[in-house]
Amino acid sequence: MTATREIKKSIMASIWFMFLTFPIMVIKVNTVTDTVEWRWHNMALVGVGSFFLSMLWRYLLKRKEAGGKKGKKPGLSLVQRLLQEKQFAIPGMVVVAIITLLFPHIFSMYQTSIMISALIYVMLGLGLNIVVGLAGLLDLGYVAFFAVGAYSYALLNLHFGVGFWVALPIGGVLSAIFGIMLGYPVLRLRGDYLAIVTLGFGEIIRLVLENWNEFSFGPSGIKNIPKPGLFGIDLSLQANTIYIFYIVVLLVIFTIFVINRLKDSRIGRAWTALKDDEIACQAMGIDKAKTKLRAFALGATWAGMGGVIFAAKTTFINPASFTIWESVIILCAVVLGGMGSIAGVIAGALLLILLPEYLRDFGQYRMITFGTVLILMMVFRPGGIIENVRKTYKFEK
Amino acid sequence: MKPILEVKNMTMDFGGLRAIDNVDLSIEKGQIVALIGPNGAGKTTFFNCITGIYTPSSGDIYISANGKDERINGLKPNIVTGKGLARTFQNIRIFTSMTVLENVMIGCHAVTKAGIMGAIFRGAATKAEEKFIVEKSYAILEKIGLEKYVDELAINLPYGAQRLLEIARALATDPFLMLLDEPAAGMNPQETLELDELILKIRDTEGISILLIEHDMKLVMSLSEKIYVVDYGRKIGEGTPDQIRNNPVVIKAYLGDEIDA
Repeated sequence: MTATREIKKSIMASIWFMFLTFPIMVIKVNTVTDTVEWRWHNMALVGVGSFFLSMLWRYLLKRKEAGGKKGKKPGLSLVQRLLQEKQFAIPGMVVVAIITLLFPHIFSMYQTSIMISALIYVMLGLGLNIVVGLAGLLDLGYVAFFAVGAYSYALLNLHFGVGFWVALPIGGVLSAIFGIMLGYPVLRLRGDYLAIVTLGFGEIIRLVLENWNEFSFGPSGIKNIPKPGLFGIDLSLQANTIYIFYIVVLLVIFTIFVINRLKDSRIGRAWTALKDDEIACQAMGIDKAKTKLRAFALGATWAGMGGVIFAAKTTFINPASFTIWESVIILCAVVLGGMGSIAGVIAGALLLILLPEYLRDFGQYRMITFGTVLILMMVFRPGGIIENVRKTYKFEK
Repeated sequence: MKPILEVKNMTMDFGGLRAIDNVDLSIEKGQIVALIGPNGAGKTTFFNCITGIYTPSSGDIYISANGKDERINGLKPNIVTGKGLARTFQNIRIFTSMTVLENVMIGCHAVTKAGIMGAIFRGAATKAEEKFIVEKSYAILEKIGLEKYVDELAINLPYGAQRLLEIARALATDPFLMLLDEPAAGMNPQETLELDELILKIRDTEGISILLIEHDMKLVMSLSEKIYVVDYGRKIGEGTPDQIRNNPVVIKAYLGDEIDA
């Protein structure tokens, strides 16, 4: 009974798709001979293809529902268990560490360079994870802080000759200040409203950088930003890439360390509580304003430091690197990876940056794959690749 | 002795609507006081005014604890909680994505102080504080009888247990007065009976005074020493359970006028 209904629905879907794609898949005007080609075989392909995809979709949905109905608790996934059990986690970490150490020596400079970009995004993802994943504040203008970091290094270097290592903390602090500046007026906003305001903020920063020529040199950007120095030694381009790679790895480790500690601390719990229920949170004695500002400031700090490294790595920045699209990618990394979960966000950021790089051959299908993956994830695994697990505590009785 | 909570001539207007009209209320140390009234009488608004969610349009709210007298009108909710007034909510507001223990740990927020730096460096003081929070929270769960759920996500708890969790969470803020907004709503008779005992236990062993809103008259009459009745924002009665039971104005508000045949 249900099977025939499912088949009927799938047939409807396939007819709909055939109709929808009719103008582009079937009709083709031959401009030379001024005739219309009717490619009916394409229609058949679309029909059969969408029918099977629809059936598959329905089957998977059914299976998911059945799983939910059994009332079985969704057990920890394989990765989560591996991360929790010491006998797997420690050797795993050692392997990861060795691979990371050797990475720039095994692979080409091109690969290392891609990896650096990916790791910068891991940092950004982890930073945004504080704001979105832990504190539940939907921030669509996160890239603005990235821009603040990058421009603070570029401009400080241009005008005052400030070096990378000095600029790194300054970029972080400046971004944190911008985070508070954004955070303060939006304290009472939540959800969609907050998303819109932050979106606007991100665009404002970009537009200012684009149009204020005296300050930021406009769309032409700033070039010849020095790469990070190593006690005044001149490094070759290759050596410098490797050097930056290690700096980024260290910073990522530092980020993971800090966020891991914050997550289950008094502050981290306050963030999660704020995400769950603002009123109850205040009734528990938590200062809403302070807690939100802390999240904004801390999240922005990492974006700022990421920006400094980005500027140092590319040696050239212009406003085109800081579009809304970057914010969206970072947000996707957080949501796809698993909100609040550190391992998840790392996985999400690496996937989102590395896959498109290695799928360059697919070129034109990149975006469609990207979109499909996001939809599928949200339908079948809304918690993300590696879902966040709450900490449990041991008691001495 | 001075009352620990004294509300004088409190009025709350929402635009043209007067939700609370010149209400007085006072609670002595160690008392269990009930606030009753028909639906929409303004009871929860009254709670919201006291706990800082709303700022009353006029009137004064004084607290007196630890030898200090303070006016708490218009203070932010978190400050009010910090001063020792804890509350629960009528429509349950637990932190659904956190475990039961963590819910109670959040309650300890007001009495602890580790900041960002403390969390990152995790020094001896922070570690000791975390240990204190966990142990205190667990002890509270044991007292309330929720220890079997300790690592369960709060959302997965049965309804009655979620209500108890709210009380546990409020206890963790170290209050001198607890404001319970319909704690027995949705509970079965057995659970209500246990709640009755629990509230008495909290008062007797912790010395926490209690102000409760409740519709379950059996619970109200058996627990409270003093009852305030409000209707349309006005106080229409005040007294011991017996006095309230025989108060014609109260009976009229609840049951309506007698029909003269």
